[in-house]
Amino acid sequence: MGVEKDTVEIAPGVRQIPDTPAFITPLDKLINWARTGSLWPMTFGLACCAIEMMATGASHHDLDRFGIIFRASPRQADVLIVAGTVTKKMAPVVRRVYDQMPEPRYVIAMGSCACSGGVFRTYSTVQGCDEFLPVDVYIPGCPPRPEALMYGLMKLQEKIRREAGHWGFWR
Amino acid sequence: MAPTLELYTRKIGHPEWEEPFVVNMGPQHPSTHGVLRLYLELDGETVVRCDPRIGYLHRGLEKLSENMTYTQAMVLTDRLDYISSAANNTGYCLAVEKLLGLEVPRRARLLRTIVCEMARISSHLLWLATHALDIGAMTVFLYCFRDREWLLDIYEKICGARLTVSYPRIGGVRLDFTPEIIDELYQFTEEFPTRITDYETLIDVNRIWLRRTKGIAVVPPEKALNMGLTGPSLRGSGVPYDVRKFRPYDAYDEVEFEVPVGKNGDTYDRYRVRMEEMRQANRIIRQCLDKLAQTEGEPVVAEGAPDLLMPEKKKAPRAVPHPKKGFMVKGEEVPVVPEGEVYVSIEAPKGELGYYIVSDGSGKPWRVRVRAPSFVHISAIPEMVKGHMVADIIAVIGTLDVVLGECDR
Repeated sequence: MGVEKDTVEIAPGVRQIPDTPAFITPLDKLINWARTGSLWPMTFGLACCAIEMMATGASHHDLDRFGIIFRASPRQADVLIVAGTVTKKMAPVVRRVYDQMPEPRYVIAMGSCACSGGVFRTYSTVQGCDEFLPVDVYIPGCPPRPEALMYGLMKLQEKIRREAGHWGFWR
Repeated sequence: MAPTLELYTRKIGHPEWEEPFVVNMGPQHPSTHGVLRLYLELDGETVVRCDPRIGYLHRGLEKLSENMTYTQAMVLTDRLDYISSAANNTGYCLAVEKLLGLEVPRRARLLRTIVCEMARISSHLLWLATHALDIGAMTVFLYCFRDREWLLDIYEKICGARLTVSYPRIGGVRLDFTPEIIDELYQFTEEFPTRITDYETLIDVNRIWLRRTKGIAVVPPEKALNMGLTGPSLRGSGVPYDVRKFRPYDAYDEVEFEVPVGKNGDTYDRYRVRMEEMRQANRIIRQCLDKLAQTEGEPVVAEGAPDLLMPEKKKAPRAVPHPKKGFMVKGEEVPVVPEGEVYVSIEAPKGELGYYIVSDGSGKPWRVRVRAPSFVHISAIPEMVKGHMVADIIAVIGTLDVVLGECDR
C-alpha cells in the first residue's frame, strides 16, 4: 500500500483515489486555493489611484470575475489596496484600518506615491507606505492602468499559492 | 461606583446635562469621496453641528511647484482634481501664458476646448456614478463607467495617458489630433446624447432617487453666493454665473452653448443642471470638431512658447550684437518669465478654478496659489446639512461634487 501506487495524480500535488470522488492533497494547498479564489479588497481610496481602482472594479474591467469584490469594512476584507498618496496625517488612519483587518491579510501598494512617495517629495508626504505597512505587491505607475492593478492582484494570488504555514501552524 | 452611577442617571432627562452624541464620519468612509472627515454632533439622527476636518491629502503641491520650472510644475496640476486633469492643465497654462504674453494659435485653442469639455463629461459621469451609488443605485454606476472608459480610451489615443493627461502645454497643446481621433470623437458625440437619456430613464422616475434628492439641502440664490459656491452647485440655485460666458477663454467665445440653471436649489436641481451640462459639453465638442476642419495644418504651439527644459536661473543673459566686432556678446540679463503676478480662473467641472501665480523673473514660480472650488464647497457642507438626517449628508457631499486632492492640495 502506498499513496503513489493507489492514487492517480490529476493536478500538480492533487491525487485522486480511482473510482471515488475522494482526493488527497496537502492542507496548505487546499487552504491557499480557497484564499486565492476570493480575495476581497478594502474600498479605501486615498487619491488619484482610487479612480483607477474604481474603474477596475466597474463594468469595463470587472474585477468580480476573479472573485474580487470590494468590501467597505476592514473586518470583511483580505487585501488593503493603498491607492494613492499617504500623507503624514493619513498614515495613522491607514495603519489603523490595516490593524482592524483579520488575518490572513495582504497589502498592495498601488501607484508611485504608495510605492515610494512618487513626485511628492515634500514635508507632508510619507515616502512610500512600506514605511509603516508590510507591503506584498508594489504596482508602479502614476496612476497604474486597471490592467496593471489586475496583474498585481494576480501576482498576489501567485504569492498566496506558494505560502505554507505562513499565518500559523496547523501541522 | 455610586457617584458614577448617580452622574449617569442624572444626565438622563436633563437636556442641559446631556452631552451631544458625536460621530466621526471618515476619513475612511466609502461615501466621503476620498479622505474627508466630518465631525458630527447628532440629536437622534438629526445633525445639530457638522465640522469638516480636511488636510488628509495635503501633499504640498503649491510648495512643491516653487521648486520646479513652469513647465515641470504643470504635471502637478494633473493631480489637483484628478478626475478632470485636462481642465486643470488648461487653467495653469492660461495663467502662465498671460504672464508671458503669448498668443495661442486658434487650432490649439479649439483642441484645448475639446479636451476640457471631455474632462467635464468624464467628471460629471464619475459624479453621477458615485452620487447614485452612495444614494443606493448600483446600475447607474456600471453604466456611467462604461461611457467613461470610452472617453478615457480617446484620451489615451490623444496623449497616451488615461487620467493624468498633461495634454495642454504652455503656449498650446503637445500634439495634434490624428484623423482617427476626430472620427472617434464624432462617433462619441453622435451616440452620447442617447446615453444621457438612458441614465435619465434609469433614475428620473425612480421613487427612491426622487425622495432622496428633492427638497434636500435647499440653497437659495443669495445664500449660495454668500457661501461662495461656483459651478453647477451655484447654477442649481438659479444663478447663471459661468466663467465660460463671463470671461471667455480658449475657444468658448466661438461656440454656442447654453448655461443651464435650476429653480429650487435642491439636490435634484443640481443633478438636472449637471445632466444638461453634459449635453451642452457634447454640443461644444461637436462644434469644435467642425471648426477643426477649417484650421487643418495650422500650428498647435505658439511661437516663443517656453521649451520643456526651460532655464531655472533667475536671469538669463541676453546676447546682443557687438557694435564693432560683428558677433554676439553677453549683454544685459533678462527675466526668463516676466516679473509680475497674474490671476486666471476657468470653469472647471467642479466650479471656478483659479490660479494665482507670482513670478520673480526666474524660470520657477515664486508662488502658486490655487483657488480650488472643492475647498470652498466643503466649507458650505455645515450650512447645508444642518437639520437634515445623517443619510442626507451623503447626498450633500455627493451633490457638491468635492474632490479632496483639489481641496487639500
